[in-house]
Amino acid sequence: MAAITLHINGEKRQVDVDPATPILWVLRDHLQLMGTKYGCGMAQCGACTIHLDGTAMRSCVLPVSAVGDKKITTIEGLSADGSHPVQQAWLQHDVPQCGYCQAGQIMSASALLQDNPNPSDEDIDTAMNGNICRCGTYTRIKAAIKTASKLS
Amino acid sequence: MKTLKTTIGRRSFLKRSTVAGGGLVLGFSWMVSSCQDKSVEEILAMPEEWFEMNSYLKIGDNGVVTIYAPNPEFGQNVRTSMPMLIADELDLDWQKVIVEQAPYHADRYGAQFTGGSRGIMTRWEPLRMVGASARYMLVEAAAQAWQVPASEITTAEGMLHHEPSGQSAGFGEMASAAMSIEVPEEVTLKEIKDFKLIGRSQKNVDGKDIVMGKPMFGLDYHEEGMLYAAIVHPPAFGMTLGVVDDSAARDMPGIKDVVKIKTYPEDFTKAIFDVNAFPEIVAVVGNSTYEVMQAKKKLNIEWKQFDSYSESLKGWSGEISESTVPRGLESSDSHLSEMEALAAKNGTVARRDGDPKSAFSKAHRVIERSYSAPYLAHNCMEPMNTFASFEGDRVRIATPVQIPSLIVPTVAGALGIPAENIEMEMTRMGGGFGRRAYGHYIVEAALISKAVGAPVKMIYSREDDMTHGIYRPTYHAVYRAALDEDNNLLAFHVKAGGIPETPLFADRFPAGAVDHYLAESWEIPSNITIGAFRAPRSNFIAGAEQSFLDELAEEMGKDPIAFRLELLDRAENDPVGERNDYDAARYAGVLELVRDKSGWGQNDGSLNRGVSAYFCHSTYAAHVLDMQLKDGKPIVKKVTTAIDCGIVVNPDAATNMAEGAITDGVGNALFGEMTFKDGVPQKNNFHQYRMIRMSEAPKEIDVHFVQNEIAPTGMGEPPFPPIFGAVANALYRSTGKRHYSQPFMGDSEVIG
Repeated sequence: MAAITLHINGEKRQVDVDPATPILWVLRDHLQLMGTKYGCGMAQCGACTIHLDGTAMRSCVLPVSAVGDKKITTIEGLSADGSHPVQQAWLQHDVPQCGYCQAGQIMSASALLQDNPNPSDEDIDTAMNGNICRCGTYTRIKAAIKTASKLS
Repeated sequence: MKTLKTTIGRRSFLKRSTVAGGGLVLGFSWMVSSCQDKSVEEILAMPEEWFEMNSYLKIGDNGVVTIYAPNPEFGQNVRTSMPMLIADELDLDWQKVIVEQAPYHADRYGAQFTGGSRGIMTRWEPLRMVGASARYMLVEAAAQAWQVPASEITTAEGMLHHEPSGQSAGFGEMASAAMSIEVPEEVTLKEIKDFKLIGRSQKNVDGKDIVMGKPMFGLDYHEEGMLYAAIVHPPAFGMTLGVVDDSAARDMPGIKDVVKIKTYPEDFTKAIFDVNAFPEIVAVVGNSTYEVMQAKKKLNIEWKQFDSYSESLKGWSGEISESTVPRGLESSDSHLSEMEALAAKNGTVARRDGDPKSAFSKAHRVIERSYSAPYLAHNCMEPMNTFASFEGDRVRIATPVQIPSLIVPTVAGALGIPAENIEMEMTRMGGGFGRRAYGHYIVEAALISKAVGAPVKMIYSREDDMTHGIYRPTYHAVYRAALDEDNNLLAFHVKAGGIPETPLFADRFPAGAVDHYLAESWEIPSNITIGAFRAPRSNFIAGAEQSFLDELAEEMGKDPIAFRLELLDRAENDPVGERNDYDAARYAGVLELVRDKSGWGQNDGSLNRGVSAYFCHSTYAAHVLDMQLKDGKPIVKKVTTAIDCGIVVNPDAATNMAEGAITDGVGNALFGEMTFKDGVPQKNNFHQYRMIRMSEAPKEIDVHFVQNEIAPTGMGEPPFPPIFGAVANALYRSTGKRHYSQPFMGDSEVIG
């Protein structure tokens, strides 16, 4: 066990955990930030996507000890009120079905738009290919990303 | 206009009460959503007093209305569409509606069943009746208060109006008085033309909470002081628990206990959804998910093969049957040869029209093709999990579950407590697809909580989830058609089977359209457990049948849509047999609509198009799928879809369901596959089990609904089965080669 200070969603949070614990479980079990989801535990599905200094990362394979001073943003920190353009676009297109993967999809999409404000279809395919949606809402996700690109 | 006796749900009116203080009656306030973009707190001032009109509905003194969504939600959007049914008949202001998830309570909420595409179909009249009854009571209350005839009072958007006297009141103002009005013996439902919400797209009431990552799934459930549990089940079908050495696991940090769980008591009569290959497991309980998952790896367990055994199963109507679970470690290679061996023999005749034997013997030529498909895992994105807190002789459960009523007796039996001592909250499900109709994981969590004497959240790892069974079975079908010299269809023969169940529907199309028809089936027992998977059985047989019809049309020199319409014309005007379980005119209707909307006739040959249509779960669906090959990879450019599910309650949500079913079907047709070697599932996570991803999804999906005034039927399943045929037929046009064996691509990057 080790006391570790993390910068999460603009706040400093302290946790006392095994340094090998993936950030995913620190967020979910120790900080009750439940928006980041467990899907596979091996960076294959994208449900656990967060931003580390603005870059999309799979939190299920990222040990808490590896984070250091880097700033973590989770879905809860993307906006306080759901007003982020990607969230707004998701609502406009009524994207979700079961909704479980959508936080991860939104975190991947918002990181994409940060780097590439006007992505092509191919750019979207590449950036989003690591996020599985079992319900099959891909066509709406793509449409929402294009809308968010205009809203941004 | 339809007048109905208010029999259904009548018991739900017996417990009317006033709930003071405006508190929500349920503990799970995180399962509450408002019907606007902003949160409940932001928009709606909470009432000081709620008036509970019935178990589905309470009206606040300020006009805010809470509707309890009765059925569990896993993405079909019933938490929006079911409240819409109540709200429309009650003439509510949708902007002032709060949706709250009802807990499991069969007396109050009837069959809280999400499966079989039956949700909207079975709730269509009962939920409208709930709204219409409440409206009647509010109108009567206003009539008494204003001393005017009830017939002169109108309602709109949460208001009561009496035009002759100019009086008006909000529902909130009349709710108290309405509580003392007798529940009507019968109510009159709106005419279709008078619907204000039904048929008009409403946004998902949970949309905002989902995009903000609010806790709502079973896995998100948290209580102070709860422990976490992980399970270990046998590594192979055909095996069970032997000796357990848990000493190393117990020494791991954060570990509280390691317990053996036996899910069913001795001689327990299982219900049909108590499917479970691994009734004996080991659970590791500790302080956090990570710690219990780490400690699992330190367990030393000797697994052993079990001998064949028989078990009692209680069917839908309570009848008891005996079933034998065979011993042995099975492999996919031998499965295929066993299926091919049985397919070569006579099966059990399920239907015979005319004299197929004679017709085939006289045929100028016979076309015969065989089709097969592998086991599939559901792979819900949220793995199986349950929170359970056992205290004394009671248990509180929060769980993602499709059919709570069917697991409650099993939980009661396993814990040795009365069913009424079980309190069950249904969380949102991160996917279901049939998997969460099988609630063994709920029993396991309850037993773990009882064993360790603490509240526990039990979670399956992805590997536990994918290797636990309850798969879509593996199937095989042989189709034969007899043609005369002029390419007329003389006879049709289907022989279909699977491990362990047949996919055959003997009375479905093209039964009824051919004079000489034979349908046979066969089954092979297995210890690999199977269960309902989005449109069970149809999800294979539709693709096989529609691929065969496509090839048959080509052999006969006919357009594939025109050929199907010819058969349907025969089935409509001069049907063969009397048990045909489809409406030929509605079936033809979706084919004609998809033909027109896709511009089928305008294809100059540049589009590789596959057509397919099917009827199941009371709904008709047809697709035209356009494919292109790019560097050997099939790209689905566009899918045009026509659906006849009667009245469409929430059109955009129904469209979303269809888009999802199409994408799911394309993915499973191309990639979906679970295989076994010596009983061991050969895939345990997404690095091995290929799922459709963004780059492989259809580039465009264009969904059209047949406009009619028929009571609504299901949407969750029907668009799924026919897409397999559309993919197969488009693949043929793209590659020049027919594909008979699913998955069509598997793990390869190019189509073979």
